[in-house]
Amino acid sequence: MGRTGGRAPGIGVILSMELKQQAVAGTAESSDIMVTIDPVGGDAVEISLDSSVEKAFGDRIREVIAETLKNLGVTGVKVTAVDKGALDCTVQARTIAAVYRAAGTAGEFDWKEIDAWNA
Amino acid sequence: MATNNIGREIPDVYAEQFGTYGSEFENVKPYSAAAKTVCPRKPGESKLLDSIHDAIVKTGIKDGMTISFHHHFREGDYVMNMVLDEIARMGIKDISIAPSSIANVHEPLIDHIKNGVVTHITSSGLRDKLGAAISAGIMDEPVIIRSHGGRARAIERGDIHIDVAFLGAPCCDEYGNANGFEGPSACGSLGYALMDAKYADQVVLVTDNLVPYINTKISIPQSEVDYVVKVDAIGDPKGIAKGATRFTKNPKELIIAEYAAKVMMASPYFKPGFSFQTGTGGASLAVTRFLREGMIKKDVKASFALGGITNSMVELLDEGLVGAITDVQDFDTPSGASLARNATHLEIDASMYASPLSKGAMVNRLDMVILSALEIDTDFNVNVITGSDGVIRGASGGHCDAAAGSKMAIICAPLIRGRIPTVVDKVTTVVTPGSSIDVLVTEVGIAVNPARTDLIEAFKSLNVPQFTIEELRDRAYAIVGEPKPIEFGDKTVALIEYRDGTLIDAVRNCK
Amino acid sequence: MFMPGANPAMLRDAGLYGADSLMFDLEDAVSITEKDTARALVHFALKTFDYGDTETIVRINDLNTVGKLDIDAVVRAGVDVVRLPKTETAQDVIDADEVITEVEKACGREVGSTGIFAAIESAEGVLNALSIATASPRVRGIALGAEDYVTNLKTQRAYGDNMQLYFAREMILHAARTAGVAAVDTVYSDVDNMDGFRAEVEHIKTLGFDGKSVINPRQIPVVNDVYAPTEKEIQKAKEIVWAAREAEEKGLGVISVRGKMVDKPVIARAERTIMLAKVSGLIGEEDL
Repeated sequence: MGRTGGRAPGIGVILSMELKQQAVAGTAESSDIMVTIDPVGGDAVEISLDSSVEKAFGDRIREVIAETLKNLGVTGVKVTAVDKGALDCTVQARTIAAVYRAAGTAGEFDWKEIDAWNA
Repeated sequence: MATNNIGREIPDVYAEQFGTYGSEFENVKPYSAAAKTVCPRKPGESKLLDSIHDAIVKTGIKDGMTISFHHHFREGDYVMNMVLDEIARMGIKDISIAPSSIANVHEPLIDHIKNGVVTHITSSGLRDKLGAAISAGIMDEPVIIRSHGGRARAIERGDIHIDVAFLGAPCCDEYGNANGFEGPSACGSLGYALMDAKYADQVVLVTDNLVPYINTKISIPQSEVDYVVKVDAIGDPKGIAKGATRFTKNPKELIIAEYAAKVMMASPYFKPGFSFQTGTGGASLAVTRFLREGMIKKDVKASFALGGITNSMVELLDEGLVGAITDVQDFDTPSGASLARNATHLEIDASMYASPLSKGAMVNRLDMVILSALEIDTDFNVNVITGSDGVIRGASGGHCDAAAGSKMAIICAPLIRGRIPTVVDKVTTVVTPGSSIDVLVTEVGIAVNPARTDLIEAFKSLNVPQFTIEELRDRAYAIVGEPKPIEFGDKTVALIEYRDGTLIDAVRNCK
Repeated sequence: MFMPGANPAMLRDAGLYGADSLMFDLEDAVSITEKDTARALVHFALKTFDYGDTETIVRINDLNTVGKLDIDAVVRAGVDVVRLPKTETAQDVIDADEVITEVEKACGREVGSTGIFAAIESAEGVLNALSIATASPRVRGIALGAEDYVTNLKTQRAYGDNMQLYFAREMILHAARTAGVAAVDTVYSDVDNMDGFRAEVEHIKTLGFDGKSVINPRQIPVVNDVYAPTEKEIQKAKEIVWAAREAEEKGLGVISVRGKMVDKPVIARAERTIMLAKVSGLIGEEDL
């Protein structure tokens, strides 16, 4: 579609998004999560989560963030997330939006690829 | 490990000491009331003391004694901290405290516990940092959580014996005649404090508003008072008014309130002379307002409104829609003022409000009550004490008392809060047994306790979506996912007494 | 019901309140810096939450800004209807239609399955109402957006004044009826004035509107209440519908109820009454 159409890979092709800058998506409101993406280089993925529902859903939220990053082909990243009870789909939306911002392609989502993860 | 009648595990040592919960009214039977030791006064003796320090010396507080307080000042209370700080300074240890409840403002208790000054606590509830510290296991002995009616019962039966009660008195004369509705720290009804005044061996009134003898508006009479201490301030008016709840604009709460009012009006109890309690939760003010509209439209007036009182009930009284208010506690300034001015606004003590062992509590005369819940399970058991993380952060209040006494107990709660489901398989902690709960009202619809076939029949044509409670649980889980079970340790940090004194649940420490 | 597309809690709770359709806004309710994040949120909300039979609508941004990205996100997520903001001419609809078709093809969705709802929010749009309503077979309805419209007219909303929007409302109604699409009235912003809101709903129902846009869940019961037929109306409608069925089975040309002849518009009205009674929960399928 539009500006994204030219480089949209097919289903099964692993994206590899190159992070160019620090970026944030989300708010500190109830039921939301604020995800900060820091490109740190290397291969590691570090996730630090501060969640109001840590005991009940903390592991699940970390898992969703990690999976999303893997799907986006993002490595060498430090994620700082402040959660106020976001659902899985919100965690995914915020993580993806933050990564696209960090990659300098804010909002030009490759839905074909993204929807294939959850299919 | 013993298991009580609703399947909750109680450590043997406590099960033996308190008994385990069986059913709502099985322990309502004759008993001998507690006695107290009285130090009578002769003519010419003064009760006035210069300081809290002098009061501690005069009453002879020593290691191992039980002292008590009331929580009518809520987040504005200065009295408990003042007294405990002085006790700590004087090197007294191993004190049991029996306040009617504990607020955030009482955080200094944490240090008193750590230093061995306070070793036993009974309270309606625990908040924030203190709740977290207790849940982490800083006390050797578990906190005993008692409902307001349960505390009254415990005092009447002698389960709690108060050596000295320190009671904040907003308006007081030098010989101990006091009320709660006048003065800079006015709080309205002194309903919970009246129990301590009646049953404690020694009673110290702490006031910042000493009026000339004789204070003619008397809630606590001089005949029950040993000493009067004048201090600069007993409470912060801003904190005292913190119980005030504003009319909600939250659409979820409004829908819950509207459904709840519809349930009340469709029930067989909505007829001239009915009675109700709506409390102070998020939706409760709105329930009162919707109920008011219905009462006017259908020309149905209530005989009395009970409980913690807010301005919305006072308005009903002033409009003649409610015959009387029976008031154990006020949550805002106008309701306290009404108590002073309205002859049909009555101050009642906690025993008359809710004690299962009084000769008839007001809750026994209650048709309908609106209550809240942190969690409710598919057996309709309600938790109002522990959060989703297992940490103690709520209060028992009059929850199980009003639920047991009333003909129809309605729980108003959102299906989910953020990511936390309210309707669950098993509540973390049971405060009120499901047998006392009749209807759950959420923003998606209601669930009636299947035991209440009469209500299910009565609500057949009620224009509110109706579900089984299992369906509501499934809806909640479908949205948020199933929460990971909380991991508790092996240490018992709190015991949840049912109003009759048996244990309905126990809270373990959080890992 | 309108709600901002940037608020996760509202997206989650949207289905709770009994609205007939839900409109997630990516346009005016989302700040320029959060267009991207809201687009992602709405995409996932549409894919995740069970809104049941409720129609989902997303108001997109102007095609000249990020509207195309919005269409890509929501059509792929299965939205029922795309709402076009500030529709001025038939060409606006045709342009959107083309973009939607492109996305439908790309994601394997049946071409034409996504509807268009055109919001008319200017004098030009009002005058072009008929050509907008007939510009594409995708058009499901047209709606008045009064806030921008009155600004365009160099005035402001005057609540309680039934004449102010009279011309625009009639134009939109006539265009909608000619095109055979729905006509939906504008929002009522003063959420605390329930009496004023009820009066306005009663007014637009009398004019002939199919429904009212709401901005707060509290307004929904009022609309449903005003639009819900009375018991008497339902009974009468039932009799007419039954008679019509019977006549059809017997192949009769003339239908009569209680000795009175009933013609086609009356049957159509009766069917609409039954439909409203059903959606208001006043009758069930078994009652027919």
